[in-house]
Amino acid sequence: MTMIREFGKALQGLWSLAIGLGVTFRAFVRPQVTVHYPRATVDDANLRTYHGHVELTGKDDAPEIPKCISCGMCAMNCPSACLTVVKQKAPKPTPEQKKAMEEAEARGEKVKKPSAPKNPASFTYDFSLCSLCGTCVESCPADSLRFSNEIYQAGFDRKDFQFDLLARLRGQAEGLSGASPKPVPKTDDDPDNRPDHKTDSKTDPKTEKVEK
Amino acid sequence: MTPPFGMPLELFTIFLALALLAGFVGLNGLVLVYLERKVAGHIQRRPGPFEVGPHGLLQPLADALKLVGKQLITPRGADKWLFWTAPIISFAPVFVLFLPIPFGPILTAMELDLGLLLILAFAGINVLALCLAGWSSENKWSLLGAARAVAQSVAYEIPLLLAVLAIAFQYGSLNLSTIVSGQGAWPWQWNIMVQPVAFFIYFVCALAETNRAPFDLPEAESELTAGFHTEYSGMGFGIFFLAEYANMIVVCAVATALFLGGWNGPAAPGVWWFLAKVYLLLLVMMWFRWTYPRVRFDQLLNLSWKWLLPLALINLVVTLVLVKL
Repeated sequence: MTMIREFGKALQGLWSLAIGLGVTFRAFVRPQVTVHYPRATVDDANLRTYHGHVELTGKDDAPEIPKCISCGMCAMNCPSACLTVVKQKAPKPTPEQKKAMEEAEARGEKVKKPSAPKNPASFTYDFSLCSLCGTCVESCPADSLRFSNEIYQAGFDRKDFQFDLLARLRGQAEGLSGASPKPVPKTDDDPDNRPDHKTDSKTDPKTEKVEK
Repeated sequence: MTPPFGMPLELFTIFLALALLAGFVGLNGLVLVYLERKVAGHIQRRPGPFEVGPHGLLQPLADALKLVGKQLITPRGADKWLFWTAPIISFAPVFVLFLPIPFGPILTAMELDLGLLLILAFAGINVLALCLAGWSSENKWSLLGAARAVAQSVAYEIPLLLAVLAIAFQYGSLNLSTIVSGQGAWPWQWNIMVQPVAFFIYFVCALAETNRAPFDLPEAESELTAGFHTEYSGMGFGIFFLAEYANMIVVCAVATALFLGGWNGPAAPGVWWFLAKVYLLLLVMMWFRWTYPRVRFDQLLNLSWKWLLPLALINLVVTLVLVKL
């Protein structure tokens, strides 16, 4: 009986080998899907499934203004600390307004102070740190982050991958009417604009940083 | 006919045949290297070489140029003479192996009554070369690779011989041309229909004898530190490589002659049928290589001793009984 069982197992094994051959033969005769890159590029329909670096999405009525509400959830949840969101401060009241407010307060009225705009003052993203986990996209309450389809990324310096996402969004909004929507690499060496996670201790007097 | 260059005619034909054979082997090596890469590329859903020449056609030439240009290094402590004779011993028998192969009705280098025996005998020399290469390299990995090669070659030679013997008994001849002419033009008249088990055993053993995947344990360059050719650089390795491809052609040619009707074909019998069948078998070998994972060494030996050997013996006995009836 054991002999028959052994033979059965051997036949089963042979059959599985034949199935394996079938799998590879189908792959062998299927048309080629890869692209010879510098001479040909992937078409947009296929690129749509590519999850590249994150980028901001604009409002439906104003594509150059992000949906972002500067809550900082993305920066808070980012495991590799590659996002830096800077909130906008409330505009300083003019001396007349200040005076009027003080007078109203003296009268015992409830004073409504001018509120800060919700749009971020700056939104920088360090792609050289990003692990593309998508936690920021998931945690954004305003649906303001998404993956871009940008596949052709190359640079000579890791600073080339520190993106100003607001500038990128503006560029894309302009691109809707003609210009190409290219990522905007940060080239200026202004320390206030560059998110430097180790040495940045300077805080902008006008803004308040939200960073992990 | 006047003998050219004042040499005897027979000597001249021998030189001519050797030169043609060297050309055939070299050219086939280039073609097979290219094919192997392309087959691998398509099976793994990537196009393979594409940059050198149209569709990467010049890639094997570039590879050959690179191999030739590399420095030949003899490891310190190695037996210099054995180390450099090993690749030559590996490659030299290839010329003998091609002699009795019937490429066409008249395109046989040497009509030998012992043709099959000659091929089987000289094919065994390759394992001596691998053994020498591993031994003389003064390197433990090479030595282990050589030991694996010898164990594998001994194990698979026996069922291979028994499978071939069944065919030889059936025809009462070891002459390959006789065996080919005994088969008809149509596929159902070929020996593979009469002896499918023998063909199966022969093909599996041929894969193992030529160290092809899934039986490529003697020379797994990325996983087992190359094996017997760890220390060989440049053309030292290149010659082993060429010998492997030449051996592949030989085993496929013998399989074609023994089981697939040789030069016989449904229309216009000739050398093209033979070459087409040989290349079909070579493609199947490559297909196997990129489909199956490498076997473990105990699995490899078990397969030979526990399955193929008894199967070959049973096949042989059944053939004998049927021939005698």
